[in-house]
Amino acid sequence: MFTDLPLLSLLIWLPVLGGLFVLVYGDKNPWAKPLSLLIAVASLVLSIGLYTGFDSSTHQMQFVEKMSWITAFDINYSLGVDGFSMPLIILTTFSTVIVVLAGWDVIKDRSNQYMAAFLIMEGLMIAVFSALDAILFYVFFEAMLIPLFLVIGIWGGPNRVYATIKFFLYTLFGSVFLLLALLYLHHVAGSFEILDFHNVSLSMPEQIYLFLAFLIAFAVKVPMWPVHTWLPDAHVEAPTGGSVILAAITLKIGGYGFLRFALPIAPDASMALDWLMIGLSLTAVVYIGFVALVQTDLKKLIAYSSIAHMGFVTLGMFIIFRIFANSATGNGAELAIEGAMVQMISHGFIAAAMFLCVGVLYDRMHTREISAYGGVINTMPKFAGFAVFFAMANAGLPGTSGFVGEFMVILAAFQADFWFAFLAATTLILGAAYTLWMVKRVIFGDVANDNVAKLTDINRREFFILATLALIVLVIGVWPAPVTEVMHASVEHLLTQVSQSKL
Amino acid sequence: MTFEVSNMALALPEMFMLAMACITLLAVSFLGKNGAKAAYSLSQLTLAITAIIIYQSLGQTGTTFDGTYIKDGFSDVLKLVICLINMLVLLYSTSYLKARDLFKGEYYVLAIFSTLGMMIMVSAGHFLTIYLGLELMSLCMYAMVAMYRDSFVATEAAMKYFILGALASGMLLYGMSIIYGVTGNLSISAVSASIQAGSLDNTVLSFGIVFLVIGIGFKLGAVPFHMWLPDVYQGSPTAVTLFIAAAPKIAAFAMAIRLLVGGLGGAYEYWQDMLIMLSVLSMIIGNVVAIAQTNIKRMLAYSTISHIGFILLGVLSATQEGYAAAMFYALVYSLMTLGGFGMIILMSRQGFEADQLDDYKGLGRRNPWFALMMLILMFSMAGIPPLVGFYAKLMVIKSIVDINMLSIAIVAVLVSVIGAFYYLRIIKLMYFDAPEQKQLLEAPSDMRVMISINGIAVLMLGLFPGSLLALCASIFPL
Repeated sequence: MFTDLPLLSLLIWLPVLGGLFVLVYGDKNPWAKPLSLLIAVASLVLSIGLYTGFDSSTHQMQFVEKMSWITAFDINYSLGVDGFSMPLIILTTFSTVIVVLAGWDVIKDRSNQYMAAFLIMEGLMIAVFSALDAILFYVFFEAMLIPLFLVIGIWGGPNRVYATIKFFLYTLFGSVFLLLALLYLHHVAGSFEILDFHNVSLSMPEQIYLFLAFLIAFAVKVPMWPVHTWLPDAHVEAPTGGSVILAAITLKIGGYGFLRFALPIAPDASMALDWLMIGLSLTAVVYIGFVALVQTDLKKLIAYSSIAHMGFVTLGMFIIFRIFANSATGNGAELAIEGAMVQMISHGFIAAAMFLCVGVLYDRMHTREISAYGGVINTMPKFAGFAVFFAMANAGLPGTSGFVGEFMVILAAFQADFWFAFLAATTLILGAAYTLWMVKRVIFGDVANDNVAKLTDINRREFFILATLALIVLVIGVWPAPVTEVMHASVEHLLTQVSQSKL
Repeated sequence: MTFEVSNMALALPEMFMLAMACITLLAVSFLGKNGAKAAYSLSQLTLAITAIIIYQSLGQTGTTFDGTYIKDGFSDVLKLVICLINMLVLLYSTSYLKARDLFKGEYYVLAIFSTLGMMIMVSAGHFLTIYLGLELMSLCMYAMVAMYRDSFVATEAAMKYFILGALASGMLLYGMSIIYGVTGNLSISAVSASIQAGSLDNTVLSFGIVFLVIGIGFKLGAVPFHMWLPDVYQGSPTAVTLFIAAAPKIAAFAMAIRLLVGGLGGAYEYWQDMLIMLSVLSMIIGNVVAIAQTNIKRMLAYSTISHIGFILLGVLSATQEGYAAAMFYALVYSLMTLGGFGMIILMSRQGFEADQLDDYKGLGRRNPWFALMMLILMFSMAGIPPLVGFYAKLMVIKSIVDINMLSIAIVAVLVSVIGAFYYLRIIKLMYFDAPEQKQLLEAPSDMRVMISINGIAVLMLGLFPGSLLALCASIFPL
């Protein structure tokens, strides 16, 4: 039933236009929030159509739409999804519903603008994942910064201005190099279609420069060590919804960028520089894991744990060359890429849930200091149950989605190099250490002070949000096939692309 | 020299405007107290009808007055834009002038004469025509800056503007005379032809080009010939700043294209390196120094300098795409500047200039709609998609990448990241800070409508930049 509709365009423009409507007419109107929720849910339902209508047997772009946009320069409004982008789009629509619900009672000041910002951002992020034209991609890639900049700056914490300007300038700095790379590729390929970029042959120096440009752009987004410093600041200052979207989606755009641009366009440079990528990824996993251990701020701790988890994503993407070198069949390579994708999606749910848990506490206590808490389980038993569950998932407990992605990547890493796997596996210890220690200090123990004693347990709205997330984390944890199946063909196609030299 | 009446019709817009300017002048002199009102209506009428005349004759091309006047797609589009921009400028400035006892007929007469000068520059086919138009435009603007006689800073700005402007004109004229010495011609097409034919003394030719580039650099406000620009922008009454910031830059751009591309296009290797210097320095100094400003007019002045750097980037590529990109940038720049200074006028009132950055604190609460428009304008100036300023930067950088000047392209993108900071600061003040003034912001309805149209135009052109880009691309080669 969905095949006749321009589904991707609907998914992009319904939230954007709906958000604008809420922005302009929703001021102090009681229907602004229900309408926002309606739009978010409608987008989620539409995106399910993407899943049901998706043909997982092919790597070709699906739900393709193409219209001339800037005719004079052959820039097209060209959309389509494959096995990489489709799951991320569903993640986006789902997260937006969660964010709208999470901000329902909490945001009192200019709530219609808050909802509108997230709806507009949803449309822009879906557009980033589905754009097949380089300029279109870039336009949405940067436009996305505007609502997030405002969200952090308006509804953020005390140091929000510093955090949001740092976030904006950092990511803008990264993306301008992407722009140069795209313009150069247009110069070579004679078209702005991303799929055409995949087919041009490039010399080694060209590929190296292009790869470095992509690296700067996407490493800032992921974020990879050492360009990660904006993330803890942004997370700490952002309102809960902002943190959720930041962790669940915008970080994924970095990973998606590597899959869509860096690997297929510059495979030889990716191979030549894989030591750099593996090194940075392992640094993120190990070093940032230690950094997370010493955090005294709840949100900062989760932010650093996000960076460590995203290290698995980039690790999975760039160990494939070593796996190819070690075995002719390269079976592990598929596992590595799929592990990276599963890790991205799983992290989207778990990090979102963790930030929501912090949000629940923050709304009641207005502090994020770990030392201000203690014995929360005594006053908030239901909440404590969820918090412990998500903490376990974050630590990679088998049976949760957090385990699947990490396990796949570690397994693949064994085929590349024992030491990669060894270092990556330290996360199982480090992750458990910083998460469980945090849980111990915040949730368990005796009631620490009067404020904790006065806490009230989560209401039905919060219960619903956390329960939904817990269910998904559990389902993907025990049965990841629905997620991996849809990306199978695309992963195989990517592997054939990267194994062919472009020199 | 032969005059053919039929051909003179090509210059109908200028002739009409000249006649109307004289009528306006008479009206001002004879109507006394009501002169200002009449002058305002008459000048808006003049601009509107001139725009209609130009629009009616689109597509008609040719030269007249023995080749000294060119009518082509380039001149038509730019003149049309100049007329429209100046209509908006006069609309914005009127309430400002009224509030400050500056509402005089002379302002409008000078504005019309100055517009006439710009149109002559745009249509110039001869070095002397360029000079004629330039002086007509500039002299009127010197007088406009000096109109606020009681203000010390305005007088200082006028002096500075006049002396440096005169110096620049002198440089330009000197360069023209050297070129004349080499080629034996003052007509742009003849100069171009003799350069194509070759066998010129290249040393003397490049010497002449140096002076031409200096003259152009002065008029555009490119570094290192930019020193007058911040002082004049800050010192002039905002209404006048608005006038000299918007349309004259289009005219100066047209002058650069006519001289460097139309006349000296064959010798581009001489001016390309000079423009690289001007462009890179303008982008860097404009963007870096703007960060240190606390006065928004001065900040926008430095922002102008950086925009000029980007416009020159398109010109220096010496490709048709580059010229088209530069033209697109110039048009977009004038639209954005119009909005930016328009907003300052909107915020100001009697006895309050609204020219400090802190005056914008909490605008998001005092008037969400105006703040949204300013947000659009600032993000557009910073070059963030989906606003039109992004495509302007995209196209000039693309033209630079296409000729493989990657290092300059890297400078350009890096300075735009630096530049983003001070635009973001305005947004920060508007949205993240609490207002210092409690009262809601009111503005006359015509200005409210205008600023809305201006902001929405920046957004819509950003979503659908195709037709304007195609228009600019269709004009080149000249």
